[in-house]
Order: sequence, then C-alpha cells, then structure tokens
Amino acid sequence: MSRPGSRAHSLYFDYPHFAFVRPPELDGGRPRHTVAVVGAGPVGVTAALELARHGVPVVILDDKATLNDGSRAICIARHSLEGLQQLGVAERFTAKALGWTHGTSYFRGQPVFRLEMPHSADERFHPMVNLQQQYIEQFLVERAQAEPSIEFRWQNRVLDVQAHEQGVEVRIATPQGEYHLTADYLLAADGARSVVRQALGLKLAGAAHEGRYVIVDVKMRSDYPTERRAFFDCPGNPGATVLVHRQPDDIWRIDYQLDEGEDETLALAESTIRTRVAAIIAMLGETAPWELEWWSVYKAYTLCLDDYRHGRVMFCGDAAHLVPIFGVRGLNSGLADALNIGWKLAYVARGFAPERLLDSYTPERRGATLDIFAQAIKSTRFMSPPSRGHRLLRDAALALAVEHAFARRLLDPRQSQPYTYAGSPLSSVDEDGFASGPVVGATLANRRCEDVSFLLDHLGPGFTLLYFSGDGEAPDEVRACSRGLAVGDDAARLVVIARHAAANAPVLLDGDGRLFAVHGAQAGSCYLIRPDRHVCGRWRQWRAGCVERAFERALGGDIL
Amino acid sequence: MIDQQLPSADFEAAYELLAAAIDRVGRERESEFLARLALLLMQFAPDEAAVSAALAAAEVASR
Repeated sequence: MSRPGSRAHSLYFDYPHFAFVRPPELDGGRPRHTVAVVGAGPVGVTAALELARHGVPVVILDDKATLNDGSRAICIARHSLEGLQQLGVAERFTAKALGWTHGTSYFRGQPVFRLEMPHSADERFHPMVNLQQQYIEQFLVERAQAEPSIEFRWQNRVLDVQAHEQGVEVRIATPQGEYHLTADYLLAADGARSVVRQALGLKLAGAAHEGRYVIVDVKMRSDYPTERRAFFDCPGNPGATVLVHRQPDDIWRIDYQLDEGEDETLALAESTIRTRVAAIIAMLGETAPWELEWWSVYKAYTLCLDDYRHGRVMFCGDAAHLVPIFGVRGLNSGLADALNIGWKLAYVARGFAPERLLDSYTPERRGATLDIFAQAIKSTRFMSPPSRGHRLLRDAALALAVEHAFARRLLDPRQSQPYTYAGSPLSSVDEDGFASGPVVGATLANRRCEDVSFLLDHLGPGFTLLYFSGDGEAPDEVRACSRGLAVGDDAARLVVIARHAAANAPVLLDGDGRLFAVHGAQAGSCYLIRPDRHVCGRWRQWRAGCVERAFERALGGDIL
Repeated sequence: MIDQQLPSADFEAAYELLAAAIDRVGRERESEFLARLALLLMQFAPDEAAVSAALAAAEVASR
C-alpha cells in the first residue's frame, strides 16, 4: 500500500494508537485463557464478540498498534449486517455507511446491464453498503473494548504456535520481551499471510487467476449516487476493465485492470497512478479537484485450506481462504466464518456441547468457500478473460447485452449471498414439504413485522423457536419443549407469531399474514433457529419430539 | 428469434465450452471454426425467420 510521497497520513481518518499493556505472563503469571484470537481485524473481533455474547472470555492478539490501513474491503452485504445486528453494532455501521441497491455495467462507453438487487421497506438493511475497512474495524473494536470479557493485546506478535491435545501454546514477542500464552482453543484470524497457518505447516491450495488490478482510493466531491459501476474496454482504460464505488467522506474506490505485459513497478509509480486515475475521472465526467488517498495492487486467487479445523485451532477469514474481490465475498464470508465458529466454540468451551460440534465448522464454512469459488471464478473470468476464447465471447456477450436479455445473464456480478448449509451434519431433514420460506440450512429472512420491528429483533442469543399460532396461544407442550432447549444460561426463546393477539401471552402480531406467508407457515408450524440465524429444522405441523431431536442434532449430539 | 432458451446453468457451461474450443483451434482457424459452428447450430433453428433475426442482431451488435 502506498501514499503520495509527500504525505504519510490519511486525508480523512485519524488512526488511533493502541498502547502496549504488559501482560501478566511477562511477570511470571501463567493464566490459562479459554480462547485466544490471533488478529484484531474485522473477522477476529467479530468472532470475539460472538464468543463474548455466549459468555466466553477472549484474548485478542495483534502485532499492530492501530487499525488496518490501505487496500481493504468496503462492501458489506445485508446478511453480514444482520449478523452485526446480533452483536449490537449494526447501527453504527448503517449511520456511517452508504447503502446501495443498483449497479451499471458499460461496454465501450454504452450502458449494457443494470444490476438491481431486491430491496423494499420490508427490509431493515440495504442489500449492500459501502464503508471503509478502518471504520468497520473501529466500530467493532470499540464495541469489543466495551465488553469486559474481551482483552485486547496490541503490539503482541505471534512467533510460533504449538497445538496439543489439551490446549494451545503461543509464543509471542512484545516491545518488552517474549512470553508464552496458553489457551484451550485458538482462532486464527490473522489474514492472508497467517503466521498461525505457517506455524502449523499448513498451506492454502487452489489457483491464481488472470488479471492484475490497481486499487486506488481518491478524495473527490461528487454528487453521483452510490452504486456499482463497471466499465469494460472503456475510454478511461482502453481494452481493460474499471470498477468504481463511492465510500463515505467523499472517498471513491477505483479499481483498474493492468494490461497483460504492464510492468508492475512502473504501474505503481505515483506519476503513473496520477495519469491513469486522471483519465478514468475524466471518463466519469467529474471535474472537481481530487487527491490520492492510497493505492495498491491486487491479483485474484481462489485458495483455501483443506480443513478449517486442526484440533484446537480453527481458521477463519483470509487465514482460511482467499477469494477474488468480484462479488464482494472476502470480508462477508469471513464474517460468516466468525459467526459460525463463535457460537459453536462457545458452547464447546463451556461444556454445553460435545467437541464434535466443532467438526461441523469445515463442512459448513469450507462448503461456503467452494460455492464462492464457483461463482467468483465465473465473475473473475468475465472481468479479466484468461484466454482469447474467453475474451472473444466476453466482448460478444457485452455487445449483445444492449438488446438481448439472454446475454445480460452473463454480466451479473453475482454479489455475495448467504450460504445455505444444505447437507450440514447439524441440519435436520426438511421433511414436511413447505411451499415457501427459508429451507433447512438457510438464514432466516429479516422481515418487517407489524409493530415496525424486524423479525431478527425478536431472536434470543441462543436457539430460537418460532411457533406460528392460529389463535395467539402456544400449546403447553410447545412451551415446555422451548424451555428444554436451553444451552447453559442461553435460554431458548419462544417467539409466537399470530394473526390475532392473545389474552394472556405476548405474541408477535402478524395481522396481514406476511410472516406466515414468507415462511410458508400454517397454524401449528414451527422453525428452530440456530444462534447464527440459520434454520436447523422446520415442521409444517408441530409434532412432539421432532424439535428436541433437531436441537440435539444442531448441538452435535446426533452427528453420524 | 427463438423463444426457447437454455437454462442459466447450461448456458454458462456452454459458454465455457465454447471459449475453450476457440482456444483449442487457435487464432488462425478461429473464423472458420466459428462459421462452421454457426452452420451446425443453424440446423436447430425452427425456421429461416429465426436465423434472419439472429443474423440481424449479430450485425447490429458488431457495428
């Protein structure tokens, strides 16, 4: 990451300094930590917040004294915001971020495709928001700093990791010397160059893809609305591709593809960057003065670990997988990793679930990674054709897309979507033939309720049982079942959704039947929801024993 | 034009197959290959009007 030669600081963001605090281990203390997280980036801190939400103390180790700077994620998907809502931090994101619903693709200056992501007043969050990663980290870190059970250890650099059957030993360098930290479990969220991964002798496997992109952030006043703009073979970068995104604080993200034989050193010289960016800004029709914030270079990879769990060490985010930027899946899939492993590890660490619950992490999250790879490889090949054949067809599709809908299908950037854990060992069979609603393994939709709240507002921190009632009452056996679904002090929450108010019990009123309809429910239907909002079982008609068995399975108690 | 469309997944798979085939035949024989492919696919068109419409659309997109 580079900034203009005359300036070392950001044009608009004051990076905080996190002081080094001497850990007790340096003075002979040998505390045993429940969970250590390596990496105070968005994935590591999200995992720590999820663990803390379930009562598990966490120590976060990071070699830096501030937040990440430079080439980082900016697009947060709706499903990620829904997870952040559960951590109590989404409002800060939405107050600062720029929401967007649309995108336009251009071919040789002509608009050829309009991306429209579904959005309505029934949704709490935009399908996508743009926010610089340093804000993402700032909001998460400040939330975590307010959490007594989370301890940050800044300027603590992990040197080595030894994983044993009974725990994990971490050797750490600090400004005041080295020490060893002992933890029951370790979460590696230390990014693409993961030290933990290297210490355990693990390697990412996969492929590198065609195309190198320069990523530039520019400060510029413009009233152009927030949307994704993609330019193919455009006047601002002839023969190659440009992506433009608006960010808060009058910052614009410009990604432009380098020519195949272009010298990278020359391409990253400040004078070259200024010339190339000026041409793109002229193409955009912008005339206001602009300043360079920073720039970097990027290449697309589809790489991942074979297994995201190695005994008591679990990998999340870029430490576990690298995905291309097209479709904005990097940070969003990392956050989903953190939310997935967070509740599972908390329940195992506290002794509420068997250790084999952790075995579900790889099939669920690596499965999501492989699905992302399949989508991202198509997007990457379209953005940066790897051969003449792909280039000819890509340009033909772009030319035909002006008039023909069939060709426009190929231009869809396949934006990040929540992954359905179909076939997960934690999911019960979706046996009752629902005509609609989230299938088993999918995430619950955050629909607006009649009282202007949203469905996810009503979920508990642990499991939630949604019961659809005809008369506003839930039978005694349903209430008794729900009481039995507690995990430690995470009591399961029973949410009764009813067309009519009941005399004696609170209900989530659904007078117009919208919630019934979007869940394909009838009176007596129920859904069992995991702490990470995924459906682990659903029944068109309540039957004694089914929910209890699904609950046991979702906690790893019935994994074959 | 032809009303019937390939399902999305099949269309995307066919796109990849065609790209790979163009690469295999090489730049020098690319035009001949595409002409022959057009003739082969033309036999699946329901009538002359459909072929004419496709030709017109391709010409417009090539301007």
